Amino acid sequence: MRKLLMQATVLDNMRLTPTVNTLRILAPEIAAQALPGQFVHIKVAAGIQPLLRRPFSIADIHAEQGTLTVIYRIVGEGTALMSSFSPGDTIDVMGPLGQGFRLMGERPLLVGGGMGIAPLLLLAKALCPRPVYVLMGGRTQEEMFWPPLFQNVCESIHIATDDGSLGRCGTALDMLPEVLEQNKIDVVYTCGPRVMMEGVAKAAAEMGIPCQVSLEEHMACGVGACLSCTCAASDGTRRKICSDGPVFWAEEVFL
Amino acid sequence: MSKGENSQLCTEFAGIRMKNPIMTASGTFGFGLEYKDFIDLNELGAVVVKGTTLKPRPGNTGCRIAETPAGMLNSIGLENPGVDHFKDVILPQLAPYDVPIIVNLAGNTADEYGELARRLDIPGVAAIEVNISCPNVKQGGIAFGTDCASATGVVEMVKRNTGKPVIVKLSPNVTDIVMMARAVEDAGADAISLINTLLGMAIDIRSWRPVLGNTVGGLSGPAVKPVAVRMVWQVAKAVKVPVIGMGGIQSAADAIEFLLAGASAVAVGTGNFVDPRISVRIAEGISDYLTERGLTHVSELIGRVNDYC
Ligand SMILES: Cc1cc2nc3c(=O)[nH]c(=O)nc-3n(C[C@H](O)[C@H](O)[C@H](O)COP(=O)(O)OP(=O)(O)OC[C@H]3O[C@@H](n4cnc5c(N)ncnc54)[C@H](O)[C@@H]3O)c2cc1C
Ligand SMILES: Cc1cc2nc3c(=O)[nH]c(=O)nc-3n(C[C@H](O)[C@H](O)[C@H](O)COP(=O)(O)O)c2cc1C
Ligand code: FES
Repeated sequence: MRKLLMQATVLDNMRLTPTVNTLRILAPEIAAQALPGQFVHIKVAAGIQPLLRRPFSIADIHAEQGTLTVIYRIVGEGTALMSSFSPGDTIDVMGPLGQGFRLMGERPLLVGGGMGIAPLLLLAKALCPRPVYVLMGGRTQEEMFWPPLFQNVCESIHIATDDGSLGRCGTALDMLPEVLEQNKIDVVYTCGPRVMMEGVAKAAAEMGIPCQVSLEEHMACGVGACLSCTCAASDGTRRKICSDGPVFWAEEVFL
Repeated sequence: MSKGENSQLCTEFAGIRMKNPIMTASGTFGFGLEYKDFIDLNELGAVVVKGTTLKPRPGNTGCRIAETPAGMLNSIGLENPGVDHFKDVILPQLAPYDVPIIVNLAGNTADEYGELARRLDIPGVAAIEVNISCPNVKQGGIAFGTDCASATGVVEMVKRNTGKPVIVKLSPNVTDIVMMARAVEDAGADAISLINTLLGMAIDIRSWRPVLGNTVGGLSGPAVKPVAVRMVWQVAKAVKVPVIGMGGIQSAADAIEFLLAGASAVAVGTGNFVDPRISVRIAEGISDYLTERGLTHVSELIGRVNDYC
């Protein structure tokens, strides 16, 4: 695989909720190679403000059409600028970056929280025709715009919200043991808040199920050059989240 | 002429032959290999690798970068795999490339700098860049770069232990940059590079905590460019050894400013994160500028800034 730097054309940039957009771009060379779990590094504005690129998981690809989708929450200056991208605009994109998920198992469970659910969408697609189980957690129903996106790519979706406005009241972690057991899960993939991923990794380890986690850190280069994003591995050495990850075996990075 | 060569740009810097006077700044381009999908390393003037220490270093904990207006703060804390790993694992991978490799060194004591220089006095290393300006480590680093006597001690020690050209990288976090430059020149520096990052800080107003795990960090990017140009101009006038100018270079125009200020070569740091092909673009841009101006060689720009009148 070769990392690319290219000018991509915006196809659409639609609002999913008042704070979440889905951006589809034409980037055939990246789409042809991208794997679930990898990310793109987007220059959100020409010039020097904001200066750095912004990393986003690849949420979907259509290799035949050469398109790639990211789903992003507007949280600051960069993502606010992205929300004004219009069809036909050209944007500067680096990718595909990082190491993605290893596809394995017969009955995979995908556990996501917050925007960490985005990469799980492409993963679910890639895992087909295996029966894919999805467990997601969020604060309220408003954050749970995901289920329709997963409808055709998974066997069943389990939802937990903190306020019980959708699915079970509680967290994804509360529901995890029963979902693991009932569906005879043999591999777990997780992306979301760190506490959630640590809990998922622990529960999976207790049941002897392999678990892959996707980490996040502030990134400057995105290619392993600046060491902004490194984390300690369990063996005492260091990992670069952008280039050794973002996907790791749980036991590689969690103690 | 071999690939990537351009007669307007080929440069001899402190005895190092370079295809063009554009290098990548230490800590911003890894070991070069990280960028090989994006850029042909053979087209660069030189690659300056990440600050290397005697033992592997894990770097600082917590958040290591913060974006600031037209710039960024970093507090990496010299994470690196150590000099032996560099020699045994990294350097052989760089051997196939026809580009000078300059190794940036950081030590806790003058003796450590000497030992590093000795271990790196080997084929494949074109020059040594002595980093006495890292703002992100408690010992060494900037402590040497803000005190003339300590800086002199380090440079003399390195010179005694290597036959390679010795470039000394200065910190802008001093009151009198010219005094520091003269001190390291007198101590035997073959060239001077500047600027390293400016010490800065950012605070999260939601949590009332510093953004960086290390509380403070080094500012780089376009925001520091005017400070860097001024310091390069002051130093280039005051010393005889050549100067590598850096700090906020994002375009050929920026690089040309540094050359006019007196830099004989330039380095691009933070710009690599924004555009991994930036060094090649800058080389092309300088070449175009020379042609437009009817100049035959980049050396015709060096230090040619006029007085304002
Ligand atoms: C590998 C990876 C994949 C990601 N995938 C997605 C995704 O699919 N959807 C999504 O909505 N978000 C994703 N993020 C987070 C996304 O990068 C940030 O939300 C975004 O950079 C915020 O930019 P901003 O300018 O709007 O925010 P600001 O807060 O103004 O950004 C300031 C600086 O902090 C950095 N930053 C802020 N928040 C984060 C964060 N959570 N992670 C990393 N850097 C951050 C920015 O890049 C910028 O340099 C991902 C992050 C990583 C590392
Ligand atoms: C993430 C990062 C890491 C750096 N690491 C080093 C280092 O190890 N040694 C060093 O001498 N300078 C280091 N620097 C400083 C740069 O080499 C350069 O002097 C400085 O960033 C100014 O140039 P710029 O504005 O083009 O980035 C680092 C800078 C950044 C942004
Ligand atoms: S973001 Fe630069 S090393 Fe990971």
